[in-house]
Amino acid sequence: MSARPLPRRRGPLVGVAVAAVACLVLSACTSNEPEDSGDNETTASTVSSNDDTGDTVTIGFSGPAADHGWLAAINSSAQEAAEKYDDIELKFAEGTNDPSAQIAQVETFINDGVDAIVLLPTDGAALTETAIQAMEAGIPVINVDREFSSPFAARTTVLGDNYGMGVSAGTYACGLIEDNDISDPVIAEIAGIDALPLTQDRSQGFADALEACDQEVDRRVAAEFTVESGEEVAANLLQAEDKIDIIWNHDDDQGVGVKAAFDAAERDEFAFIGGAGSCNAMDWIEAGEMEATVIYPPTQAADGIKLARLIAQGKGLSDLVQVEVPKRVVLNAPVVSADNVAEYRDLCFDS
Amino acid sequence: MSQDSVRVEKAALHTATPQSSLAAVMGSGVGRNLGLVVALIVLCVVGVATAGDNFASVDNLLTILRLASVIGVVSIGMTFVITAGHIDLSVGAIAALASVWCTTLATQTMAEDIHWIVMVGTALLVGVACGLVNGLLVAYGGIVSFIATLAMLASARGLAEIIADRRTQIVKVDGFADFFRADLIGIPMLVWMFALVSVIGWVLLNRTTFGRRTVAVGGNPEAARLAGINVRRHTVMIFGLVGLCCGIAAVMITARTTTGSSTHGTLWELDAIAAVVIGGTLLSGGRGTIVGTVLGVLIFTTLSNVFVQNDLSSSAQAVAKGLIIVVAVLLQQRLAGRSSHTT
Repeated sequence: MSARPLPRRRGPLVGVAVAAVACLVLSACTSNEPEDSGDNETTASTVSSNDDTGDTVTIGFSGPAADHGWLAAINSSAQEAAEKYDDIELKFAEGTNDPSAQIAQVETFINDGVDAIVLLPTDGAALTETAIQAMEAGIPVINVDREFSSPFAARTTVLGDNYGMGVSAGTYACGLIEDNDISDPVIAEIAGIDALPLTQDRSQGFADALEACDQEVDRRVAAEFTVESGEEVAANLLQAEDKIDIIWNHDDDQGVGVKAAFDAAERDEFAFIGGAGSCNAMDWIEAGEMEATVIYPPTQAADGIKLARLIAQGKGLSDLVQVEVPKRVVLNAPVVSADNVAEYRDLCFDS
Repeated sequence: MSQDSVRVEKAALHTATPQSSLAAVMGSGVGRNLGLVVALIVLCVVGVATAGDNFASVDNLLTILRLASVIGVVSIGMTFVITAGHIDLSVGAIAALASVWCTTLATQTMAEDIHWIVMVGTALLVGVACGLVNGLLVAYGGIVSFIATLAMLASARGLAEIIADRRTQIVKVDGFADFFRADLIGIPMLVWMFALVSVIGWVLLNRTTFGRRTVAVGGNPEAARLAGINVRRHTVMIFGLVGLCCGIAAVMITARTTTGSSTHGTLWELDAIAAVVIGGTLLSGGRGTIVGTVLGVLIFTTLSNVFVQNDLSSSAQAVAKGLIIVVAVLLQQRLAGRSSHTT
């Protein structure tokens, strides 16, 4: 893998980016429930002076306990985003995995009369009623990562894109196959917990993107997002094929185990693509031990804070013609390779 | 046994119908293991037939053995505890705690200053300590082992999460990884460790007083007490032994994955119990077989390998695993019913 010349991967990425923007604009236009454009909506400015200090707004943030690297990064990046603005007063509730405790936190925000609430629910369905209460009290709620079960519970929803992750990985794989002129490539996929919808979304995206270049997944195994399971399935996978050209592993946390299995078997003839964007993965990319990883951004809550500020100040997204902040933002799942790892280095998280 | 009776038995074997002699052989300990060997061979034949050279390669054989090693060591310990009439649900959690403890920054720094053996010692100590706590709770606290080890399962994994801050701790001590990830005479170190633990386990169970006491305690604790065995002390020792096995397994999984993590060892308790039970150890205690356990572990690991070789889903694999457990236990009950032999 390290000996492979690094291909230039611009074309397909641009395509993915365009698709993501199109998706964003489309969903912003199509989700037009009349009940949502309530009284608290104001006309927004469309000039790009959004970062200028405006009316001071109080934003309440509540999220789950930071029990693994990705969630810890969610919290810290949200706080950093708020600190950048003089006009944000952030009320940061202690992270909890107990929905009833989180409901209490949101109710406190409502009583305090905050200007906006950014909520990464421990369980989307369990927090929906409380979010609706906040919306009815005139407080816009920005829903991050785990979706509420009602469209009336959030003013804006910021989501990572699991299907898009698969598409990005698949598109990148197609590019590798084309650039290196690999005939009849052997493509393997190491999925996460198979019962989860997010795993199915990622796999579907991967399969769809591969289909676009007339390829398919030859070997698919599923681990459990743990290092141990990653090592086990990867060890078996390597025995099933003498030569593999491309391996996409859904998750960089289990990737530590996957990598250990590769090292134990002394195999590195394939392009190893990861997912999520942990610091370990970026280290390997820099060291030439990994081809690339697909980001599942831990900066979603930071984006939520920024959007909450704009909504509370009555501003829109200056680069969109539409005067209001979109109803739904699905973040792009970019591919980080040796070409651009320096750019994404700061966004990585410790697994 | 007098020569006469030997002659009579031989004569009986000769005159018996083929069917009943087969039943006699199958009913004995050898027969039960023979059943497992046949099952393993069938699995291998299926593997060769469906995956060909990829399955039959030396590399693949060593991979299967390496993957079987860690859960194998845990299962050897589990064999003792089940033979003694108890159960240990905390094996995976103890291994997780031991793996985390032996890879903390403090331990690794100390290991770099002194020797990587510090990490091994830490893991073994943590394992034995947890095992002894289990044993004391069961033997002197009067708590049923199912409950006591359930409590340990929860708290050991919780403690592991606290210590590791739910992060994956990567092993940075080169000597440790180099030693346990190396090959010795072409065979991975982990496989040697599994072999060694199995042999010691077999000798301990079949050739020592400790083993005979374990069987006696499991078969009838009251009778064992009346026969002069200190049942409580023996129970504590058994749980300590399982803890030691968990410590060894923790060292092995830490080497295999090059990490310590609170997520290591998830559901090991069920994998180990399944391997022990299909191996022929009685869940009610009083009879145990190390050879059966080793075969049980190999059957499950080979099954996983055959399924991945054929690109079948992990869900289908889980179904197959369940079927094997049921068929194996049903078969054993039939065989045990036909024969009065016990081993």
